[in-house]
Amino acid sequence: MYLYPVWVRLWHVFNAVLILILIITGISMQYTGKAESALLVGFARAVKWHNITAIILIFNYVFFVVGNILTANGKYYMIEKRNFFSDLLKQLKYYSWGMFRGEKHPFPVSIERKFNPLQRISYVLAMYVALPLLIISGLGLLFPETVINRFFGISGLIITDILHITMGFCLSVFLIVHIYTCTLGARPFSLFRGIITGYHESDEH
Amino acid sequence: MRSVKSWLLILALLISVRPVAVGFNREGSSLQDTSAFVSPFLGQNERCFKCHGQGIFEYTNANLGRQVKALMFSEKIIDRIDFYDSNHKSFSCTDCHSEDYTAFPHDGKLRMEQQYNCIDCHGGDEKFAKYSFEAIEAEYQASVHFKLEEGGFTCWKCHDPHVYKISVRNSNNLKETILYDNNICLNCHADFSHFQLLTDRDEINILAKHDWLPNQSSHFKSVRCIECHSEVNNDIPVSHLINPKEKAVRKCNECHSQNSLLMSSLYKFESKEQRKDGFFNGIIMNESYVIGANRNEYLNIFSLIIFGFVILIISGHIFFRLTRKKNK
Repeated sequence: MYLYPVWVRLWHVFNAVLILILIITGISMQYTGKAESALLVGFARAVKWHNITAIILIFNYVFFVVGNILTANGKYYMIEKRNFFSDLLKQLKYYSWGMFRGEKHPFPVSIERKFNPLQRISYVLAMYVALPLLIISGLGLLFPETVINRFFGISGLIITDILHITMGFCLSVFLIVHIYTCTLGARPFSLFRGIITGYHESDEH
Repeated sequence: MRSVKSWLLILALLISVRPVAVGFNREGSSLQDTSAFVSPFLGQNERCFKCHGQGIFEYTNANLGRQVKALMFSEKIIDRIDFYDSNHKSFSCTDCHSEDYTAFPHDGKLRMEQQYNCIDCHGGDEKFAKYSFEAIEAEYQASVHFKLEEGGFTCWKCHDPHVYKISVRNSNNLKETILYDNNICLNCHADFSHFQLLTDRDEINILAKHDWLPNQSSHFKSVRCIECHSEVNNDIPVSHLINPKEKAVRKCNECHSQNSLLMSSLYKFESKEQRKDGFFNGIIMNESYVIGANRNEYLNIFSLIIFGFVILIISGHIFFRLTRKKNK
């Protein structure tokens, strides 16, 4: 089943590479020490690459949002209010219990439904809540003169930075879970293959 | 010539309308009203200020038999308010300058008057021992500035005794302190006419020289030049060992790290307990936010717990998947 058009695949691969660079350089900046560490990128280099990569990511994000507005791909991100919690629970039960007992997937992938309810809510939160907050706070840190000095007595920069690293952490956790859940396809690598070729292999667990 | 009385009246007026300058003394944690000071030499000093206190002065030319207005050489103008707000505010002008200056016109030989250096008065005095003037003098002699002494460099070039006031220890506004202290450096390093007095080097462009520094304006507003250009020394209040430019701090993580050098320089007078709130180097956050230096230990622990929990869930899931595969 052809599920991932070229523009989605291109956006996805760029997004993946950019996010990985941002996580590595972000962690390097946050946990830098006076002594150089083999595990971290040097601070100056980390700042430079973090800034460059972030600017490219912003353009890539705009491409994603515009693509979702102009094409049918946007519909996959619409949250259905009806049976919202019960559908989420169904999917959670399947991942934590049903799939080990050989039960059928409660929400099999189709042209109409690319994501299961759990995927949908996590993708919406990641792409339409966490990432915009990360981008806005990141722009604030890139141009600190634009950040308000004090907000209820607290430095605006502190709030901006804490928001940025918190959202960065959330997206890092999302990435780990996202990569793991992508091994839950028909075969461990079939979903990875799908996002490269565009074709989804059915009989998903 | 205006009478001394009228000048005293103007001075009293100026002092009364000045905003009350309340300084926070970090060492003693006590508030001081700096505008309340009245010099015991107010009237005596006014004999000098009536000419040196502003850009234009008047005198009676006996030969012409009339009042003459003249421009005061800008380097010889001492602002009254700055003087009475400075460290030497309680001094009489003639404590440091010759009594002969009380006569006008001044004797030309007075131009050759030897000027005191800081150590001439502050050295070897128990009263000033806690400021370590001897150690400061030793640092100065090891600094790049000392090489310029033959050309006329003295303590005065940075610490004009007429207006200089200790800033970092007594200020409750670090941004103002940074501006004040950096202006001392920029007075020569960004003003070529002053720079030329001491060196034959070409004019330097401070902004271009610091092109490599990310967020240049934020750095200039948030730290003093000496943070990167001097050797940290915990034994004296402020480092005076200005290093050659090759030895300037260029590694970001000297400041952007948990053991940030700013804690031994710019923030050394702050109480380390102040504004901790779970942040490493929390004191820096009173004024600024330094990436890498301000990490919240609670957030660190919380993020590790979440991360561990996620890994645990995934590991458990993998385990059950493998077990199921085996049992198939």
